[in-house]
Amino acid sequence: MADETQRVYALVRSSEQELLDRWVDVAAASLQGRLMRSELERACGDLLAALTPALDAAGLNIRADAYASARALLAEMSRDRARRGFSPSETATDVFALKEALFAIADARGEAVETVVAVSRWVDALGLYTFEVVAKAREQVITEQAEQLLELTTPVVKLWEGVVAVPLIGTLDSARTQVVMEKLLQTLIDTGSEHAIIDITGVPAVDTEVAQHLLKTVVAARLMGAECTISGIRPQIAQTIVALGIEFGDIPTKATLAAALLHALRNSGVEVVRRRRTGAG
Amino acid sequence: MDRVPILSLGDVLLVSIQVDLQDESVVALQEDLAERIVDSGASGVVIDISAVEIVDSFIGRMFATIASLSKVLDAETVVVGMRPAVAITLVELGLSLQGVRTALDLERGLAALRRRRAERELRPAEDPDGSDEAVEAVETPAATGD
Repeated sequence: MADETQRVYALVRSSEQELLDRWVDVAAASLQGRLMRSELERACGDLLAALTPALDAAGLNIRADAYASARALLAEMSRDRARRGFSPSETATDVFALKEALFAIADARGEAVETVVAVSRWVDALGLYTFEVVAKAREQVITEQAEQLLELTTPVVKLWEGVVAVPLIGTLDSARTQVVMEKLLQTLIDTGSEHAIIDITGVPAVDTEVAQHLLKTVVAARLMGAECTISGIRPQIAQTIVALGIEFGDIPTKATLAAALLHALRNSGVEVVRRRRTGAG
Repeated sequence: MDRVPILSLGDVLLVSIQVDLQDESVVALQEDLAERIVDSGASGVVIDISAVEIVDSFIGRMFATIASLSKVLDAETVVVGMRPAVAITLVELGLSLQGVRTALDLERGLAALRRRRAERELRPAEDPDGSDEAVEAVETPAATGD
């Protein structure tokens, strides 16, 4: 193994300028002029300058501490490229171009197959690292957005004195139900409301799991002494609920939010009457 | 062991739980309460748990037990002031406390008991066997699925 490393190191060191030129050539060809050659030269030069001592110190293991600066450069490069609209494959292809350049030199020097395999493995690891960085950055963005979504989509609104409603929008999962439940129950206490309406107009589909989540919320509200109505059941949703055999038991369900509000008002003793027109209407 | 005090408020017994309950104090409370209901002939029991932050399945069952117990002694039980976290815990434990009445706070709990008593007095006592079910159906109009 040490022998292999030595040979790869020798290969890289043998003609650094030539290697760099070849690398930039191959990379520039694949990018088709979307990046300035001078910029590419600088990036590859920096990377090569960081890789050479790392190769000497830690061999082919790019996870070693000696590779820290090289990894940082790679990460910076892939993040920068991603921001400028390059796909992760294009960034990785740039790194893989180093392999082609090294192969050409190895060929000229008549290196053994083992060396070529070692080179290949080493450059592959570097290229995959750029992929990893992009994936990680994306994942982070997704997590942040999921959290923001959780905050944004669960408002509790007061419809009347003693009547609050939660318009649910989007798919319900356990995490969201938990947030909705906590927020609704807290609002019940804060506003002293005895009626809560859960409106599922914005929920695209109801399956047994979603129904389970809804039931839990209703039961929890009841335990605190509030009556809960489920509203906004669209015709297709009603069909699904019946087809799946979901039992809402004695929980009142209404087709529209308006019907649910009327129900809540009546239960709290408020009568809604249309005022008679006094004029000659 | 802390004994939970039981206060008398007209013909309503008020149990205000202010400490974290141990299992033995729960058992003691059930015994004390049964005795007090019989002694005072109370028609209602209000259990205020607004200070309770932690519940387990044993305490959860206590509410149901006390409710059934007072029902046998012809008194209505209302659990008031349950915190959201407690409600969620009970639901996750699978305890929906069927047959236990709840209210947001003490005031509403007492009002619910008053309403219930008024309904009861309006109803003629000619049908003692079926009356219980009939009252049950009236006081929870939502239960009819309307």
